[in-house]
Amino acid sequence: MSDGLTAPPRIAPEGSQHQDVLPAGLKRVPHGVDELATEHLVLNMGPQHPSTHGVLHVLLELDGEEVIAAEASLGYLHRGIEKLAESRRYHQVATLLDRADYLSGLHTETAFALAVEQLAGIEVPRRASWLRSLAMELNRYASHLIWLGTFGMDAGAMAPFLYIMRDRELILDILEAWCGSRMMFNYVRPGGVFADIPGGLDAKIRSWLAVADSYLDDNDALLGGNEIFVARMKGTGVIDAATALAFGMTGACLRASGVDYDLRRDVPYCAYPELDFEVPLATAGDNLARYQVRIGEMRQCLRLIHQLLDGMPEGEHTAKMPKAFRPPVGESYAAVESPRGELGIHLVSDGGPTPYRMRLRSPAYFNLSIVDEALAGGLVADAIVTLGSLDIVLGEIDR
Amino acid sequence: MTFAVGILLRFVAMVALLLVNGVVLIYMLRKVLGHLHLRIGPNRVGPFGLLQTTNDVIKLLTKEDLRPEAADAWLFNIAPFLVFVPSFMAYIPLVFGPDLAVTNLDTGILLVFAVLSLVPIGVMMAGWASNAKWSLIGGMRAAGQQIAYEIPLLLSVLGPVMMAGSMDPAKIVAAQAGTWFGFIPRWFVIPQIVAFVVYVIAAQAETQQTPFDMSEAESELITGFANEYGGMRFGFLYLAEFSNMFIVAAIGTMLFFGGWQLPWITTPGWAAPFVFMFKTYVGIFTMMWARGSLPRFRVDQMLAFCWKRLIPISLVWVVVWATIQRLTLPGVVR
Repeated sequence: MSDGLTAPPRIAPEGSQHQDVLPAGLKRVPHGVDELATEHLVLNMGPQHPSTHGVLHVLLELDGEEVIAAEASLGYLHRGIEKLAESRRYHQVATLLDRADYLSGLHTETAFALAVEQLAGIEVPRRASWLRSLAMELNRYASHLIWLGTFGMDAGAMAPFLYIMRDRELILDILEAWCGSRMMFNYVRPGGVFADIPGGLDAKIRSWLAVADSYLDDNDALLGGNEIFVARMKGTGVIDAATALAFGMTGACLRASGVDYDLRRDVPYCAYPELDFEVPLATAGDNLARYQVRIGEMRQCLRLIHQLLDGMPEGEHTAKMPKAFRPPVGESYAAVESPRGELGIHLVSDGGPTPYRMRLRSPAYFNLSIVDEALAGGLVADAIVTLGSLDIVLGEIDR
Repeated sequence: MTFAVGILLRFVAMVALLLVNGVVLIYMLRKVLGHLHLRIGPNRVGPFGLLQTTNDVIKLLTKEDLRPEAADAWLFNIAPFLVFVPSFMAYIPLVFGPDLAVTNLDTGILLVFAVLSLVPIGVMMAGWASNAKWSLIGGMRAAGQQIAYEIPLLLSVLGPVMMAGSMDPAKIVAAQAGTWFGFIPRWFVIPQIVAFVVYVIAAQAETQQTPFDMSEAESELITGFANEYGGMRFGFLYLAEFSNMFIVAAIGTMLFFGGWQLPWITTPGWAAPFVFMFKTYVGIFTMMWARGSLPRFRVDQMLAFCWKRLIPISLVWVVVWATIQRLTLPGVVR
């Protein structure tokens, strides 16, 4: 590499396991030669590739099948959601946010609503908080199902993807009957929620809960019960706790590395302080650990939904909100535990009817930043499943 | 003259069988996978979607024959045929009934595996000539895999061959007539269970079906070595895959399940081909079943599994069975 394009030395975080093995490859310099003087192959994975979960572009430097270095290249799905929010009134922003993380729109909506309420000091009725939590848990389960299916697909198993579609359809039916839309809900508004839960939906959710457990067992048995799958997941894509923290990872990816951090418990919001649930934890930090943590989360999800249905308080579904809403000058930050991790909204208001600035802390963006570290040293097949185990949603990363 | 007509008729029959099989198997794959995956499968074109495959064949035939500019024209063009022709040739020694085969060869089983071992050359050629990185990786994976799994495949065949004392498929099938102790069919699968298990695994790998489909790994390499192919050239690669599936299932039927013979009763001549096809299709169904339910191996795990498990097991089994046969069944080896 004497063409003047040599990359600057890469800095590993303090205490990282990657300290001594940081590869000297890539950094947009697609040129490497190994000891045998054979040139490395630079492979463009994406933006058109079935396993990049959207339009992600990953540059891989390969020595045979071994990944020497990897780099993610983003921005193919950028729609300027943060900028567009500056020209929307506060109750209109949720429409945009649904399209950021399109698999769990309710979480983004809630984070925004919490930020606005914090800014304007609005007291949310208890029932509204519980409705939000219930909707979010249903949405989390649906999102995790998609992850489970696509993860199986990345590992070459076709069946789980079609099995989870059966389960997810039941949830989407519930959410459609409730919010009026299958994915673009626009349901959570500053001050509460758009409408109360329709009559009879309670029974529908309960009838889904009756089968959800056995369906989840089926899906888990198809992947987690398969020896081939476990052999592929064990020990691949290892991320240790120090590296995960240094890269700002959150959510299941962080908990799989042994860091016990869940916003629902540690920075409680909505109905979570009143609910009883566990935070699944693993220490290995490999693909199998991430798989197990998410499956554990799904089981907790079902537990939470039971509690939310049983304890749903009576009352108003929204606080009184003025027609022309103008929060005071100031800024606020609110975060929720989305299926992907800490999803935060930073809001700056100049006292006008629209946000002065809105910033979305995308958990998948931080989780994705680990690919440079986690993919190197594995095989191409490992790279695919490791990417899948991070559960990225490009709509949220590129915004 | 009659000799020439005979050859021609046999040739036509082989082509017809191969093409019809291809069409039926593609439809079957779609339906089987569909029902395994809580779907229905094709049901729009024709009754029960029966004409869907015909539709697709017509589409493939009428498509423009595209070749990437940077591809090696000569190799790119002939590679699909190098994959297809061996698989076509492997139909020659199949025995469909007492007197129903293209030709009787004393070394029929050997011929099948000899011609099938040419397939990796065509696959690698397709991957190389496409001049695309994904295709190249797919071609290399396929070649490594097929060369590795040919060894246990061949070793697993040795057991039934030793029992029958012949490599002639007709004689192997004939040796499985009758029963042991009056009620167990004399199918070689019972004493040769170890060889059979090895054969099933190796055959699944040889035909590049999940969990051994690394060479065309949909989620990794998209379609691997076939990436740059379109139209009927892709059709030939695809057809060869289904034809190989049929061949390994048919060979398995002949070696382990008594070929065209029904258990316990004498098979009438007219029923033999149907019995044979039925058994073969049951075999193909199980292959599709595995394909629909299992995740994929990683390429190094797959090769390690072959070299460290399958090959030693099949080698040991060959020695064990040869010893058993020498000691207990003198005279079987003719």
